Amino acid sequence: MGDEVTGPALFPDWQTPLREATNAAIDTLVMGFGDEFEAVSQALLAVLLPLEQALRNASPWLVLAIASTLAFAASRRWQFTLATAAGLWVIGALGQWDPAMQTLALILVAVLVCLVVGLPLGVWSARSRWVQRVVSPTLDLMQTIPSFVYLIPAAMLFGLGKVPAILATVIYAAPPLVRLTALGVSQVNAEVMEAARAFGATRWQTLLKVQLPLALPSIMQGINQTTMMALAMVVIASMIGARGVGETVLVGLQRNDPGMGLVGGLAIVILAILLDRLLQACGVRLQPRGSVRSSWIAPWR
Amino acid sequence: MALIEIRGVTTIFGPAPPTALRKLRSGLDKSALLGSGHTLALRDVDLDIEAGEIFVLMGPSGSGKSTLLRHINRLIEPTAGRVHVDGQDVMALRTRELVALRRRRMAMVFQGFGLLDHRRVVDNVALGLELRGVGQRERRTRAMQWIERVGLSGYEERLPAQLSGGMRQRVGLARALASETDIILMDEPFSALDPPIRAQLQRELLALQAEQGRTVVFVTHDLDEALRIGSRLAILRDGAVVQVGTPWEVLTQPADAPSADFARHVNRARALAIGSALAPWPADLPMPDPANATDTVDADASIEQVLHQLVGRTDPLAVRRGNVIVGQVSMSSVRALLAPPDRVSPRQVPEGSENRSA
Ligand SMILES: Nc1ncnc2c1ncn2[C@@H]1O[C@H](COP(=O)(O)OP(=O)(O)O)[C@@H](O)[C@H]1O
Ligand SMILES: [Mg+2]
Repeated sequence: MGDEVTGPALFPDWQTPLREATNAAIDTLVMGFGDEFEAVSQALLAVLLPLEQALRNASPWLVLAIASTLAFAASRRWQFTLATAAGLWVIGALGQWDPAMQTLALILVAVLVCLVVGLPLGVWSARSRWVQRVVSPTLDLMQTIPSFVYLIPAAMLFGLGKVPAILATVIYAAPPLVRLTALGVSQVNAEVMEAARAFGATRWQTLLKVQLPLALPSIMQGINQTTMMALAMVVIASMIGARGVGETVLVGLQRNDPGMGLVGGLAIVILAILLDRLLQACGVRLQPRGSVRSSWIAPWR
Repeated sequence: MALIEIRGVTTIFGPAPPTALRKLRSGLDKSALLGSGHTLALRDVDLDIEAGEIFVLMGPSGSGKSTLLRHINRLIEPTAGRVHVDGQDVMALRTRELVALRRRRMAMVFQGFGLLDHRRVVDNVALGLELRGVGQRERRTRAMQWIERVGLSGYEERLPAQLSGGMRQRVGLARALASETDIILMDEPFSALDPPIRAQLQRELLALQAEQGRTVVFVTHDLDEALRIGSRLAILRDGAVVQVGTPWEVLTQPADAPSADFARHVNRARALAIGSALAPWPADLPMPDPANATDTVDADASIEQVLHQLVGRTDPLAVRRGNVIVGQVSMSSVRALLAPPDRVSPRQVPEGSENRSA
């Protein structure tokens, strides 16, 4: 269309060089660093596969029992314990037990990777303005760029399957954890930080004994949001070959079967609600408690 | 040699303090410095703080008290000048040595308490011992002793948020004391508290100090408080020390007009300790028993508190500090102290008052 414009063109052609440079870079990575990507791939699978096997091979009775125990341990409430058992049972009744276990394994590993990468990054950007200046716009980019843009190179680098699915999930889901960790750490009262230093705390001691414990509520909130965002990625993850409930939705889409889509969707929603409540209950449980239980600590008790 | 020596300390806050310092030295005035985004927080401060005294840094808000206090443990570094603690150049210490100095030699108490809200009282009090590597059981035992000493027994398993302001500052005090350091830095520790609680904590601090004999550097913007608890005071104004002296000297020979104005409005009977009017015990009289509370008064009690014991008395009233009789007071020496400032000349300083700290 622009061909008809005469005289000096308004727009120079940046598309071709950018595209070619990017493709060349990806090609170089694929050719030159195959072993490295393979190593990353193996490391992730070494965590994911045993977990997935365990969840899928375990008797659903056992999984229900463990999940209910966790729910009770975290919330100390029978309603939530029963709701957890019932929710998982509905997933099974919808014929989504096996895919749900695959999804659960994928989500857990993705959140784990988010923690391993996101916690230090959050702490670091809270402690250094310079790091924060680099990290913050990068997180913006990770959250706004459409996931298909990085799915293509991820699939090229790692092949189709679980590994690129995990990585794409991490890219999409990690930002809230990094941000909320940084927020929690930087919001620790200045005088409390001074007190730690004044009594001779090293940087490590300040981090472990003061900043992280005080940032814990914020970090728990970050873990919760990250988990929810990871669940939101399961349909896209299934597009690059990860199995699970996302696949059920995808199949419904491909076969023009809205009922199938709804079944997958319900399973995802149930998982999301249960994980959200479980993490919230854990967050409350991790709050410090004095000897006298006063109503301000847990007004909902 | 003084325990803490501060020499030629100048501190500038802003984007480029060394450059600002050079300009200041070449004659740039303070307002021009401000224009470049810098604040002159302290200028050419010299101070000697002796072991065992309560040294008060007193001045209006923004006069540089907190900054100066934080130079002693190097929470803030001065732009120029030196700070020596027990002969050790604090500015020359490496990180490891600085950490050791903070753990072994000085503790700190904060205006906003600076407690760890996620820890119970006992674990807050044990912080210094914990950072120093004292084992769990031992530090708990020691922390419990200090919790009892500051009157918080029974609250050791509470969280700070479950305590009142006064109780929280007792935790802050216990934490500083439990570290067993010989120096305690206090930045307006009682300013956030209600007057009755504040007065009570001031009394307790004096009692503790009489028994402990640690070196306390105490920041306050309240002249009454400064006079009440200080062995000696340094008055700061706009980052400069305008006067150093005993409460008596500060009241009777104010260094500048604002100080004189302040001094005129002070309730001396309440502000000055009876120890300010101290005279030697007459050699020809037998020493009374320090344990006898009706015949002796505590050197740190205010004049107001002991006035009823002085009125109508003909023989001298013995003053004790701890378990030692340190001298006597009489109605006439107290009357000289209470006279309004324009009628008091330096010659009327009662003997021994300059050496309250010794
Ligand atoms: N971190 C800082 N950055 C910039 N200016 C500061 C900083 N800390 C203190 N100041 C300034 O230095 C001066 C002295 O502050 P401070 O020592 O806190 O006074 P005080 O404790 O007597 O109220 C004030 O003008 C204050 O605004
Ligand atoms: Mg201050």
